[in-house]
Amino acid sequence: MSLHNFLYGIYPYIALTVFLLGSWLRFDREQYTWKSDSSQLLSKANMRLGSNLFHVGIIAIFFGHAVGLLTPHSVFKVMGVSDMAHQMIAIWAGSIFGVMCLIGGAILWLRRMLNARVSAASRSSDKFILTWLLITLIIGLSTIPVSIGHANHNNPGVMIALAEWVQSIIYLHPDPSLLNGVDTIFKVHLFFGMTVFLVFPFTRMVHVWSAPFGYINRPYQIVRSKRFR
Amino acid sequence: MKVRAQFAFVFNLDKCIGCHTCSVTCKNVWTNRKGVEYAWFNNVESKPGVGYPKQWENQEIWNGGWELKDGKLELKSGSRASKLLNIFANPDMPEIDDYYEPFTYNYAHLQNAPLSEATPTARPISAITGESMEKIKWGPNWEDDLAGEFHKRSKDKNLENIQKEMYGQFENTFHMYLPRICNHCLNASCVAACPSGSIYKREEDGIVLVDQDKCRGWRMCVSSCPYKKVFYNWESGKAEKCVGCYPRVESGMPTVCSESCVGRIRYNGIMLYDADRIEELASMEDEQDLYEAQCKIFLDPNDPEVIAAARKEGINEDWLDAARKSPIWKMAMDWKIAFPMHPEFRTLPMVWYVPPLSPVQSQIDQGNLPVGPDGAIPVAGTMRLPVQYLANLLTAGKTEPIESALNRLIAMRSYQRSVHVEGKADKRALEAAGITEDQAKEMYRYLAIANYEDRFVIPTGHTEESLDDAYGFQGQNGFTFGNDSSHGVSKITLFPRRRKDTAEPKELAPLRDKN
Repeated sequence: MSLHNFLYGIYPYIALTVFLLGSWLRFDREQYTWKSDSSQLLSKANMRLGSNLFHVGIIAIFFGHAVGLLTPHSVFKVMGVSDMAHQMIAIWAGSIFGVMCLIGGAILWLRRMLNARVSAASRSSDKFILTWLLITLIIGLSTIPVSIGHANHNNPGVMIALAEWVQSIIYLHPDPSLLNGVDTIFKVHLFFGMTVFLVFPFTRMVHVWSAPFGYINRPYQIVRSKRFR
Repeated sequence: MKVRAQFAFVFNLDKCIGCHTCSVTCKNVWTNRKGVEYAWFNNVESKPGVGYPKQWENQEIWNGGWELKDGKLELKSGSRASKLLNIFANPDMPEIDDYYEPFTYNYAHLQNAPLSEATPTARPISAITGESMEKIKWGPNWEDDLAGEFHKRSKDKNLENIQKEMYGQFENTFHMYLPRICNHCLNASCVAACPSGSIYKREEDGIVLVDQDKCRGWRMCVSSCPYKKVFYNWESGKAEKCVGCYPRVESGMPTVCSESCVGRIRYNGIMLYDADRIEELASMEDEQDLYEAQCKIFLDPNDPEVIAAARKEGINEDWLDAARKSPIWKMAMDWKIAFPMHPEFRTLPMVWYVPPLSPVQSQIDQGNLPVGPDGAIPVAGTMRLPVQYLANLLTAGKTEPIESALNRLIAMRSYQRSVHVEGKADKRALEAAGITEDQAKEMYRYLAIANYEDRFVIPTGHTEESLDDAYGFQGQNGFTFGNDSSHGVSKITLFPRRRKDTAEPKELAPLRDKN
């Protein structure tokens, strides 16, 4: 088996399996380690700017990828979104939120590495995952000029190939050959992105699962009873 | 009417000598761990002063507690939606320097230093970074006994509406101690602010706890507690707070801080209250009505109707009995000499305070204060410790209840002195202060003698009632499924471990004959 087939035919399943099983196991066994691991107490400067830019950016990017890559081609057609329109939306939204995320991420990265308190209180996994996310983001941003190049030639082929590959993985009939004509930079980005899922359960990333939307409808006061009734 | 029982406190500030025994015993039991070196579940402040963390009382800075928005009770830090929008960076979050940078000393150097002319010193080391600290700039009790400059100390929020300049002069200065723990509020704003719903009030005794497994470290509780008594453990990433020493309280013992109190100033007891009226009574239009409003929430444990309703809620008989003997009820409701701290935060706090009197008494003894017709009670407003200051601290600025309480304390002393010194009971002061002879005698027993069994009336937690099968439970601890009590069994784990190493250098001194 070639490296290509491994990386884009098998690795995605390893990453997703570890992502789901690992998250479940950690949630079940190690609740005490399940947290956002905020370091705001140790250093507040630039947190509002950096953290908000980073989080808003990365959440938008995540849902952008999810909608853009997972929606079946036919659905876009029915909705009247042409392939070129799709690509232009991806380029614009990706650029805007990518740059937001990059600025915020850079602020957070500098803080994590250079602030003596934050750095000392960090685990190596904290430094690793932030660095890895930023590298993934930078590679992702550097695919944009390539995409613009394709767009200038009215060629949505690469984008459609990527979407079809992602869908082939999700529908459990992996087809690495779909990526044959795709530029290398996209493939590198895919590898880095899949690895985020692989390491997800072992890092602070797990707090993503716990986004507290339930708070909106919760009564303010909570009373727990030990009494057996 | 929904009757609930609350484990409550009264601290008699009149007798607090600021020895910090409470803080130290609490620290040794609960926060002697990595990540909470800076956290003091119990601390004692010198007042006037900005306190710990700096300026915690000033909610214009921290946005803690509740406020009325269009007549409705809302968190001062904002609605639920605004909490979620600010979750990535909490704008009201204190920074470690608002408390102080936790430190230890390089003690090992005292043993390991090579021979030198000068005595070796143990330099301070940051407990966070492990690096040497140039200078310790702030601590948990930096303003101890009015240390520091007046203009810094006078940022104390309670000095508002007071002509404070004159109290900066040496001969006019005044001072009191303020021991503080979590108030285990009836309308807790930390509970309300927690996005993950990990903070809760226990139905049985009202102790407020953080579920350590459920806490996700969103830190809204830290900023929303107006007393700044929820702390963020920077090592574990979880919120931690005073646990009301619940393992002790459940077995009928007082909290560590209360038991160890040298001055016997702390009282633990049960109060019954009507949980249905929390919102209504915390929503009084006028801040100055909040103290009286909170008195209205308490239920008379001798009222047959209350007893019947309490039994219906499943409250145990010995809890009702404890409520009838509650020292808290006597001081807060019977004698009206104890007050909640900062009722204007609208959290309905359950640690109440008897205002301090001592400096007043010494002035009376020296004949410096004009007294009323009874010959004992000074004319209001002539006391050394400004009543307005105490009122700002305890009754949202309303001076009448404080004056009345101080008058009662003075009257009780005056009466006791007439009995013991002059051998003849003089009841004029009691009449003027509006208390009976019996009350004065009981006040004397509770406040001056302060016997252990009067101070602490604590029924056990009745674990047997909270268990489906008490026999099945016995002997189970340490052998549960999951990892409840596991301790370092496996050497390998995929998930992050808790780090326990201290910043303090641990090299042992070299053996003498080895060099």
